[in-house]
Amino acid sequence: MDFSPHTDQDERAMLEAIGVDGIESLFEPIPGSVRLRDPLGVPPALTEPELVAELGALASLNTAQGLVCFAGGGVYDHYIPAAVRSLAARAEFATSYTPYQAELSQGILQALFEFQSLVCEIYGMDVANASLYDGANSVVEAVNLAVRATGRGRVLVASTLHPHYTDVLRTYTTGLGLDIDTIPFTGEGTVDWSRVDATDAAAVVVAYPNVFGRLEDARAACDAAHAHDALAVVAADPTAMGILKSPGEMGADIAVGEGQALGNAMFYGGPYVGLFATKERLVRQVPGRISGETVDADGRRAYVLTLQAREQHIRRAKATSNVCTNQTLLAVAAGVHLAWLGPVGLATLGETCASRTAFAAARLAEIPGCRLKFPGPRFKELVLETPADGRRLARRLAGRGWLTGPGLGDWYPQLDRCMLVAVTERRTEDDIVRFAEAIEKELTEP
Amino acid sequence: MSAPPDFPTIFELSKPGRRAWSLPEAPEGSDIPIPDEHRRLEPPRLPEVSELDLVRHYTRLSHRNWSIDTGAYPLGSCSMKYNPKVAEEVAGHPGWQGLHPLADDELVQGALRLLGELERALCAATGMAHLTFQPAAGAQGELTGLLIMRAWHAKKGDVRKRVIVPDSAHGTNPASVTLAGWKAQEVRSDARGLVDFDALQEVLDTDVAGLMLTNPNTLGLFERDIEKIAQAVHEVGGLLYYDGANFNSIVGKVRPGDMGFDVVHLNLHKTFATPHGGGGPGSGPLAVTEELAPFLPVPVLAWDEQSATWHWEVDRPDSIGRIHSFYGNFGIDVRAYAYLRSLGPEGLARVSERAVLNANYLKTLIAEAFPTPYPGTCMHEFVATAKGLKKHGVRALDVAKRLMDFGFHPPTIYFPLVVEEALMVEPTETESKETLDSLGEALVQIAAEAAGDPNLLHDAPTSTPVRRPDEAQAARHLKVRWKPG
Repeated sequence: MDFSPHTDQDERAMLEAIGVDGIESLFEPIPGSVRLRDPLGVPPALTEPELVAELGALASLNTAQGLVCFAGGGVYDHYIPAAVRSLAARAEFATSYTPYQAELSQGILQALFEFQSLVCEIYGMDVANASLYDGANSVVEAVNLAVRATGRGRVLVASTLHPHYTDVLRTYTTGLGLDIDTIPFTGEGTVDWSRVDATDAAAVVVAYPNVFGRLEDARAACDAAHAHDALAVVAADPTAMGILKSPGEMGADIAVGEGQALGNAMFYGGPYVGLFATKERLVRQVPGRISGETVDADGRRAYVLTLQAREQHIRRAKATSNVCTNQTLLAVAAGVHLAWLGPVGLATLGETCASRTAFAAARLAEIPGCRLKFPGPRFKELVLETPADGRRLARRLAGRGWLTGPGLGDWYPQLDRCMLVAVTERRTEDDIVRFAEAIEKELTEP
Repeated sequence: MSAPPDFPTIFELSKPGRRAWSLPEAPEGSDIPIPDEHRRLEPPRLPEVSELDLVRHYTRLSHRNWSIDTGAYPLGSCSMKYNPKVAEEVAGHPGWQGLHPLADDELVQGALRLLGELERALCAATGMAHLTFQPAAGAQGELTGLLIMRAWHAKKGDVRKRVIVPDSAHGTNPASVTLAGWKAQEVRSDARGLVDFDALQEVLDTDVAGLMLTNPNTLGLFERDIEKIAQAVHEVGGLLYYDGANFNSIVGKVRPGDMGFDVVHLNLHKTFATPHGGGGPGSGPLAVTEELAPFLPVPVLAWDEQSATWHWEVDRPDSIGRIHSFYGNFGIDVRAYAYLRSLGPEGLARVSERAVLNANYLKTLIAEAFPTPYPGTCMHEFVATAKGLKKHGVRALDVAKRLMDFGFHPPTIYFPLVVEEALMVEPTETESKETLDSLGEALVQIAAEAAGDPNLLHDAPTSTPVRRPDEAQAARHLKVRWKPG
């Protein structure tokens, strides 16, 4: 099935109009010496019912999906409202492209304008872009902005930022010669910001909550940055923004985050959506697309992609970033989700996650041989220290029907007996009690 | 006459006390263990709407948007072809959507097998040895490829300074070169619209890390000298990068690997028909030769013969590192795989055949009204010029706007930069002869209108949800977010 509508008669008529004797003549510019002689070595075509059956069978090999999910580490099993799923899947959004022709793209442009506004509201910032690839990419772009804005090359990153984000930052900036220092965490599972010296730094990057679920003193992190005129970058969990202070309130110059938890599926790691917001004074340094309001020829409100002179299709080698395609459809879903929640729903979501995490923390700490590695305020996630290797324990719990972790040994060798446990609003107290029993059983009857 | 009413924002529909949300609440009086110093006191000003308000708002917004499902979308360089419904359906399976990326490898064997089979198929289609799915879109693929080139040169102790890009290249090419820490150097096109080989030879030296090339190029023309170009770049120790934006015109006909390319990115949302989502998500997998494979980002997908399982390999000392939070836009890869399996080898070859047929047919239909500055047949797209209408005070922009009133999305305009008043047209293989005939007629009629009544073009569009927006005002009086009252 190739989805093209040509009949034999169409083809003949079209070739005749072009004035060639066959389709192959149109491929004449390709030198014969490099032409492919055989059909491509890809599997033969399937009919639609065969395809559905084959991919269904493949999907069902993913046994992780049937487990009760207490897994975290930057991706969370939140409830996706039916209205969000349904609206974001509308083909008028899904099968459109970048809204360069504004008159035919008001739907996407306005949805993005609203998304930007909602991101500004939750993060307490002035301006937001229309999204980046993922949380890691937002951190990279924030750092690159800070490097441009300050003319400095040193970057301080909390070791409690998601380690994948730090890895991506290092990879992305290989060619730029940045000096990236990670700041160690204390026994509290947070950074002691009073000891951080941001001399000559372009940016200080802190996660809020951090990778352990702990609440960093993000205000102190911002102060440490500002003491030396560095930019403060706060990577904040959007689902916490109904109950936790916003990055803006704590002094952030740039707020970033992973928007997966806002109405987007876990989907084995992507597509996700990078959130990016900053202060008005930095707007001309922002990477990626921005939707802006204006009026049309009749004086009606209208939206366009604005400040395009920042972008690669205009500025080329001197653009603020190389980003072109973003994650619009996921940004639309995130916007619909935030509007579905409203201020009360967002606060409720946060409170439910926080209260159930507290319940889980208390219950899991009662398991003989286990303790909370990092006491103190947290949100949605905790680190459980166990008598076993955290990675091994998580693997064995999967055999009992529970998805948890990750075990932390790969990210932090000193935490090899620890694992992350994430508790969203989807996990009931009953789930938590049974999960704790499963851990107990696993530890006592291995 | 007063202006018609503005379409409301979601914020203007808000009324305190309304709600759409339905979630479990923390038990009355339960401990919400957030200390005061972290507690948010001022709630964000999110809208308060009923679920029906929400549904109607976004449904009405969707009606204010063009899409492939609405009508023809001949946007050059974007490959706006039909996105099969079945790909959406299979991607919706909870076995994909509900999959946590940090689940142990043995719990996600279906996902890993899909990626493994898709890697094999894409390598077969491109003539490359290995591939990573991490890049979330083409531009991220470009950076990944350039960093791999950088690591390969560095491993040999070779410090290079420049990457060559043709003047017709996508803007992402030079922007990615800058981000990779190199200098982008332009090489001009010749009278054929192809890389000027003499000019290329003048700039090639041992400071050149490589050449980035889109083939066919953004003019829709196949770079006939590709073998000579590859040899010249390789002779100075450089690598050849294939920008896969236009792979849809050659799939099943010729492979980048056979042309001498070392690094290839594909845009799955173009060639493999995944939905563009209003500007993303895309997926920009990057394929390389055997020699460059050690530098691919970690983790790398591997098959273990002994246990007959797939797993992620992380111990790769020469790897450039991670480029994405996880494994890339997996959900897009599932759709691309579904598309690839629907078509098979013959179907894929027909994709390029009919994309090229459609482009040449439409080019012929409008050749008098909008000629192309370069001779010969085109591949999947062509770049025509509207400069002949300038004498009537009409520009490419006006043609594009007027085309909307005929019920078509306009082509890409003013790109590539090497053509004056450019109209970059890519009909794609999924449009019928009848649609192309109407599109051609509309364009011919618009050219006639330009001569007879240019105001029809200047005032266009008149049939769209809004008319021409004032872009200058948008930039001058910047308003990029809603603010209360």
